Formats: sequence, structure tokens, C-alpha cells
Amino acid sequence: MRSTKSPPALWALVDCNNFYASCERLFRPDLIGRPVVVLSNNDGCIVARSNEAKALGINMGEPEFKVRDLLKQHNVAVFSSNYALYGDISNRVMLTVESLVPVVEQYSIDEAFVPLDAALAANADEIARATRERVRRWTGIVVSIGVGTTRTLAKLASEIAKKGDGLCRLDAGSPETEDVLARTPAGDIWGIGRKSALKLRMAGIYTARDVRDCDNLKIRALLNVNGLNTAFELRGVHSIEMADAPISRRTIISSRSFGARATEKEALEEALAMHATLAGERLRREKLRASGLAVHIRTSRHGNGPFYEQRANVSLRLPTADTRELVRAARQGLEAVFQRGYSYAKAGIMLYDLAPAEGGQTNLLELIAPPARLHEKELMAALDAVNRRFGRGTLRFAAEGKADAAWRMQHSRRSPRWTTVWDELPKV
Amino acid sequence: MSGTKAYPVSGAERLDPDAARGEPLYLSPVTAGFPSPAEDYVDRRLDLHEYLVKNPAATFFLWASGDSMIGADIRDGDLLVVDRSVEPAHGSVVIAAVEGELTVKYLARKDGRILLVPANEEYPELDITEQEDAVVWGVVLYAIHKVTPGALGAR
Repeated sequence: MRSTKSPPALWALVDCNNFYASCERLFRPDLIGRPVVVLSNNDGCIVARSNEAKALGINMGEPEFKVRDLLKQHNVAVFSSNYALYGDISNRVMLTVESLVPVVEQYSIDEAFVPLDAALAANADEIARATRERVRRWTGIVVSIGVGTTRTLAKLASEIAKKGDGLCRLDAGSPETEDVLARTPAGDIWGIGRKSALKLRMAGIYTARDVRDCDNLKIRALLNVNGLNTAFELRGVHSIEMADAPISRRTIISSRSFGARATEKEALEEALAMHATLAGERLRREKLRASGLAVHIRTSRHGNGPFYEQRANVSLRLPTADTRELVRAARQGLEAVFQRGYSYAKAGIMLYDLAPAEGGQTNLLELIAPPARLHEKELMAALDAVNRRFGRGTLRFAAEGKADAAWRMQHSRRSPRWTTVWDELPKV
Repeated sequence: MSGTKAYPVSGAERLDPDAARGEPLYLSPVTAGFPSPAEDYVDRRLDLHEYLVKNPAATFFLWASGDSMIGADIRDGDLLVVDRSVEPAHGSVVIAAVEGELTVKYLARKDGRILLVPANEEYPELDITEQEDAVVWGVVLYAIHKVTPGALGAR
């Protein structure tokens, strides 16, 4: 969907530094300065590292058993994923950013795009500084902020910000941007994966600047329309909408403000089912499966009614890409958070704990899964094909009953759910 | 001598504990003109969370443990409502991170020194002026405890 109004003058990308590891430290000041790693729940691979852990040469995605000696030797604090904590802190970060700017588009659990119109863009540097300071103060999380003419430039700026003092700005055409594009490998651009980077190299395109200056037809032939959009974005022309944005490998988010306020549960249910469906499509397109789903609902911050905002995490029994299970989980989450009497402005879901659908380790439970699962792939493929051909939502699911008790993930080394369970609140 | 009185929470003030201090009301009573969309919800059940949490993004709950703040009416087992967005001042009850632990103390500024002061003479003051890893984590706004039935003795 392309909107007819003019694009924002500037974009900012707010990106939390080492988010999971920073969450683990929030209530554990003893962990400051000590290396921290976080493991995925299902297969024990490293999914997050503090700077100290990165410096030890521990790689993303590495199975824990392969680096066990190293972890012990350097007294690394090892945690199972604690999505109750990460989700709650993520929410706080987003709310804090929203207290300074009118629109925030959450992109992943730890990143958000902020469109800045002409008036805000005039103070972009100051807004970025204030946002960074306020998020640190209110939530304890340090963020890097990249500002750029387009999302792609903002994203690139945030990567540079992370390595420097936390702030960076890339205006299309500025000498600094020119310099950065010339030394950024094409594969480091947002949305250009390893395979695409290889194709580009074969065609003699090595840097971000090469991509930007590439002939339209040529880049399109090499990387289809997504590559062309990226080239436009590097030139400073807004071309990537949120719905088409490359997914973050960590989380898939589908969330949107309502056109009109909603007060009834049914309206939220429908909205969430739609988001679960959209997120499911993305999940399958990326050949991933999710182990967890978070539901988030809220009233408007700027309205004159009382503010209410709540989220719930639903653990899926098995990693899944089945829209039926996602919709069911979304309903279950809504049951947990819905309160009558509020005027809701926004609802959304986030899929987390993502793993490749093929080639990943098989969960023992899958072998004893109900027969319906066996047809999941075929059914979902048919569903996606119909919806691609006849438009989104042609085929969709009627409401389904409640799910069984959620299968509990393995999380032997999970930290306390510091912010969401009474018995696990920090003691002082 | 006036005793401790209790009075029912009523009207708009119930939605904003600061109303009594003349700060802006959360909801304004609607008298004329277009009805406020909020009007539909005025009869909602009171929500304690709304009363205690002014800034949801920055507010955390922690349990108090120990008796070092007994003089500040913070008892072992109290639920503390902590707001990180509030500016700590001399005399604030704060959560501080000191030597790898979170602790609750008074914050004091005395002769250019920064001190963490317990509300119990059995515990020492802590001078954190030179401790680089010591930080004020947040400001304690409420301590919630269950009222214990008292022993009335011969009365």
C-alpha cells in the first residue's frame, strides 16, 4: 500500500544495544562488565551477547555445547531466553520513544522506526539525543539512533551509531554519507542478504555506493524490485513501506493503530486474527517457525480517556508456522489482557523465538504431534497460494476454540521474570 | 489534636491523586458542549494501578527485604513502586545499585558528598561519591504493606 501523502522528511531508527543481555543486567548490577550470553529456548544456541561476550569471540547462533569451556573459563553468565522480561522491557522502550514523537513503528523487539515530518526533522539531532537519554533513564536500556533520509539510510546510520557514540546521521548526498556508502560492503545494507550480496559481487557491485549508482534495469534484473527499492532508498528516495520491509530474523511484528477506537473484545479479536495471519504469511515466506507469540493492546496515549496497555506472551506448544495455531494463540493472549471499559487504539502481535522451518533440530514432541500437523505445510502452502492470487484475506480462518494448556519450553537457566510475576520481582 | 480521618474517594479526584494538590485533572467533568469520549468510562471500577503508576514505561515493582528502612515506614516484605523517570533529590528514598546489588536507602547530599542513608541506626551510611559503579536506579514513590491487626492488650 503506497500512501499518497508525501513521505517523512527524515527517518530515525532507534535500536537497543545488545538488547537481551541488557535486559538481563537491569536487575543484576553485578553482571555489569561481566560477559553475558542468552540461549534460544529450543536448541540452546547463542542468540544474544553482551559486548564482553562478543570480544571473547563467541558467535551468534553458535550451539552452547561448542563453547561451553570458553564460557566457563571466562565466567560468562549464561541465560535461557526470558521473553516475559524482554517483551515487557521492549514495550517500555517503545512507550518511552512515543512520549517524545507522535509516530513510532516498531520493527522488531528491539528496534523502531520513527518518521520525522519537516517540523520534527528540523530538530532531528536534538530529538535523537533526547530520546537516547530518556530511554536510558526511564528503562535502563541504552539505544543507538540512526537518522537518515530514508529507512535504509537510517538503518545504516544506526549500525554506525552502535559502533560509535550512539548517534549518527546520514543525509542523502552529504559528504559523510558518500564516505560511508563507499566503505560499506553491499552485503551490510538492510535487506541485502548473503545470496544477494554474492550475486552483486559477481556483477562487479561491491559497496553500498555501487548499489546506489547501479543502473535501474541492471539492479532490478539482479535482485528484482526489492533491490531496486534499496537502490532508490540509498539515493534518498523513500521506497520501502513497513509491510514490505525485510524482516528482522529475530521477531516478526504485525501491529497497527485502529481507524476508529475499539471498545469491544470482538473487534480486537478480529484485528489480532488479521495480524496473526499476516505474520504467519511472513513467517512462511521466510521459511521460519515461531515458538512464541506476544499479544499487545493499548489505548491512545494522547486521548482523554484513561490509559491502559497490556501484553501477554503465549508459548506455542511446538515451533509453528501454522496460521491456525497463531490465531488461536492470539485469542488466548487477548483473553489474558483484555479489560472492558477502555477505548482501544492499537493492537498487534509479535512472533518471537524464530528458527528455520527446515534443517533445524527436530523436537521430539513433533514425532508424537497430532496428525493435523502433518498436513500443516500443504494446507498453509495452498492458503498462501490462494491469497497471493486472489488477494490477502480471500481464504481465512473462522474463529477457533481455546488451545490446550501451552507446552512449556525448556528454560532451565532463565532469569526471574523480574517485571511480570509477583513472586519473581527483584528484592532490595 | 486531630485524629486520622478516612474519607471516600469520589468524583474526578479519584482518578488523580495529584488533583488535591491543584495539578491538572486526568479527566475534566463534562458540563456542556460535545460529550467527551471519556465520559462513557467514568463509571469504570477504580484501578489501583492507575493511582500508583503515573509513568508506566518507567515504573517498576520491587519487594523490600530487611529492616534498614524501617524509620521510613518501609518494612520487610513491602511492595515498592519505583519510578525511574523521577528526578532523585536530597531526601528521596531511592533504589541504588551498589557493589553489584540493588538496595533501598535515603539519598543525601552533604558537603559535596553523595550518601546513601539507612532509616535505621543499626546500619551504616554509605558514601558513594567516589564509587563509580554506584548509581541511583530509581525513586521509590510508594511502599505497600498489609495492615497487621494489633494487640489491643487491656483496652
